[in-house]
Amino acid sequence: MDDLFSDALRQLLDDQCPPAVVRQIEASGDGAALWAQLHDSGFADALVPEAQGGAGLSLREVLGVMALCGRYTVPVPLAETMMARSVLTRAGLVGIPNGSITLAQGQWAADGSLVCANVQLGRVADAVLVSDAHHTWLLFTPDADSSPASFVLDADLRWSASHVTAALTLPQHQDIRLLLGCINAAQLSGALLAVFNNTLQYANDRVQFGKAIGKFQAIQHQLSVMAEHSFAAHMAAQLGCASDTASPDRVRVAVAKARTSEAALEVAGLSHSIHGAIGFTHEFDLQLFTRRLHAWRQSGGAESYWHTVLGNELVDHRNGLALDLIRSATDVTA
Amino acid sequence: MSTLDSLNLTRIPADDEALRAEVRAFLSEAMRDVPAHIRAKSWSGYDPAFSRELGRRGWLGITLPEAYGGGGRNAFTRFVLVEEFLNFGAPVGSHWIADRQSGPLILKYGTEAQKQFYLPPICRGESFFCIGMSEPNSGSDLASVKTRATKTDTGWSLSGQKIWTTNAHHCHYMIALVRTSGDAQDRHKGLSQVIVDLSLPGVTIRPITDLSGDSHFCEVFFDNVPLQDDALIGAEGQGWEQVTAELAFERSGPERLYSSIVLFDQWLAFIRTPQGRTPEAVRLAGKIASQLTPLRAMSVAITEKLTRGESPVVEAALVKDLGTGVEQLIPAAIADDLFSRESQDVPLELLQTLNYVTQVAPSYSLRGGTRDILRGMIARGLGLR
Repeated sequence: MDDLFSDALRQLLDDQCPPAVVRQIEASGDGAALWAQLHDSGFADALVPEAQGGAGLSLREVLGVMALCGRYTVPVPLAETMMARSVLTRAGLVGIPNGSITLAQGQWAADGSLVCANVQLGRVADAVLVSDAHHTWLLFTPDADSSPASFVLDADLRWSASHVTAALTLPQHQDIRLLLGCINAAQLSGALLAVFNNTLQYANDRVQFGKAIGKFQAIQHQLSVMAEHSFAAHMAAQLGCASDTASPDRVRVAVAKARTSEAALEVAGLSHSIHGAIGFTHEFDLQLFTRRLHAWRQSGGAESYWHTVLGNELVDHRNGLALDLIRSATDVTA
Repeated sequence: MSTLDSLNLTRIPADDEALRAEVRAFLSEAMRDVPAHIRAKSWSGYDPAFSRELGRRGWLGITLPEAYGGGGRNAFTRFVLVEEFLNFGAPVGSHWIADRQSGPLILKYGTEAQKQFYLPPICRGESFFCIGMSEPNSGSDLASVKTRATKTDTGWSLSGQKIWTTNAHHCHYMIALVRTSGDAQDRHKGLSQVIVDLSLPGVTIRPITDLSGDSHFCEVFFDNVPLQDDALIGAEGQGWEQVTAELAFERSGPERLYSSIVLFDQWLAFIRTPQGRTPEAVRLAGKIASQLTPLRAMSVAITEKLTRGESPVVEAALVKDLGTGVEQLIPAAIADDLFSRESQDVPLELLQTLNYVTQVAPSYSLRGGTRDILRGMIARGLGLR
């Protein structure tokens, strides 16, 4: 995972995306400056074929980059734009806008408008790749009515029928939850690692009863459980991105998103338990991560959604040993 | 933490995977008429004739050198074999310990004469081993063992007691961790491993009946048992290091994910029928699969480390603690599913299998180190101890 691509992004994020910048963008809703820097560095075209001016990487090769978006709580849709541009260029569309693109599932309201609830980073994205049950469009956020959603940088967006009619329509329908699930699993794996590392550090630093709290067996065991979940999520995210193309595999994403989401809940709870009251403050950085653990758990389908997908595959489309499904999901070329 | 980054998705090489079809064909035939509640015993199931047949086919001691009757293959090949054995619920208990850890331990620490004497019958499925670690007052605190081997003119005299020794009453040999110098205050110093021929005078073995009515673990008493000089395996005083390496083998294998897999498959067969299928059951099937799948990938990644000669002790502890959690979730969640339905029309064989697995599930997180011990090891790996 220590590829040149992620090393370059890590350096850029160290400089340009410290917690202070994340806080400032969360407060203002303006991520334009950070987006410009990320865009100029070329990361957003990582999955775009070389013939169309991109880096032509596979999902496997961009896992590190998407995980860094979690590890640095990147408040603009970099991983999302990577995926959206890949989908748009592979659909043969030209003239893709320079701005950031996120992805969302939409449904038609009674008044004929297309509504997308809880659009991931919908407050800062320039455009959204939206699917209803049958079609996929590229829609622009300035055209939408925007209202606040549960996570501070997300938004509920609504487009009028005329905007949808005029929008760029993709020739093939896209499964948005599949694409988002793959991205969110990678982001979660990165954020989980950050939360785990920060909590381990805190347990070593914080002294009570005359010694570091990490010396107490109860805390050690909580940290061990956090390590187990972070470790399983790290492997699950690798499975979610185990593709030699830019397209994710549905069974693997089901495993990846379900397992990373489960880990998110466990690790968020344990990290706050170990941090005590300081971790509950706005000033302390832990909240930047744990609020996202919950947001990404919810985005792209939470555990039960993907459990059902995987269960349907196992019960309705496979026979014989469960092992054979498990093997087909894990025996992937490295 | 570096350990978190160090386990990367790995594929079992095609050469090792190639054996699977042959093994599966054999098991499909051999296990066809064995009911699920018997297959659920998995590596607690005992059948010496079955073990000899596996030996005849060259499937025991697969990682041991051909010069000693082994297969000369690597840990990946063994992973494939064992994964198939466990998923079919094959009765592999007779040779399990010898194949998994005693053979590799003798290969690593034994003299040439010891290797030539012990390894070929292990590979033929004729020589079965048990592990002599726990004692009545030494469970998790293993370094406090009191069984003692005292030097004599011809070798050693062994006195003391082991307990919870799986299959001792069916085994030919025990590799025991004993004190050869100092006393309990010396902790890790002064411990050694000896191979005890269980047919020697002074050895008394008493099976202990477990809560399910089976007796696969035992008390073993040693009353001045005369051991030859060459009963010592490895270096005198190096027992703790050796036993730690042995436990890495014990904890890292696929048997830490699949203890309840026969039950899971039996339940899947039911929910694939019109009367068994409910949306809640389908969702639960997906939940269990979503937990097993990354664990299997982690177990393969650990196996890759073993093939490179590493001893991934902390990684193995992580996977075992998580793996036994899923193994214990399976009977608990399946019971909740089956007994929360309107209709109680569930196949009897499935209920018997569930009953067996429910009873033995507590042992999953005891054998090979309790949860608390494993979490302590992980904490040490994290630098907290």
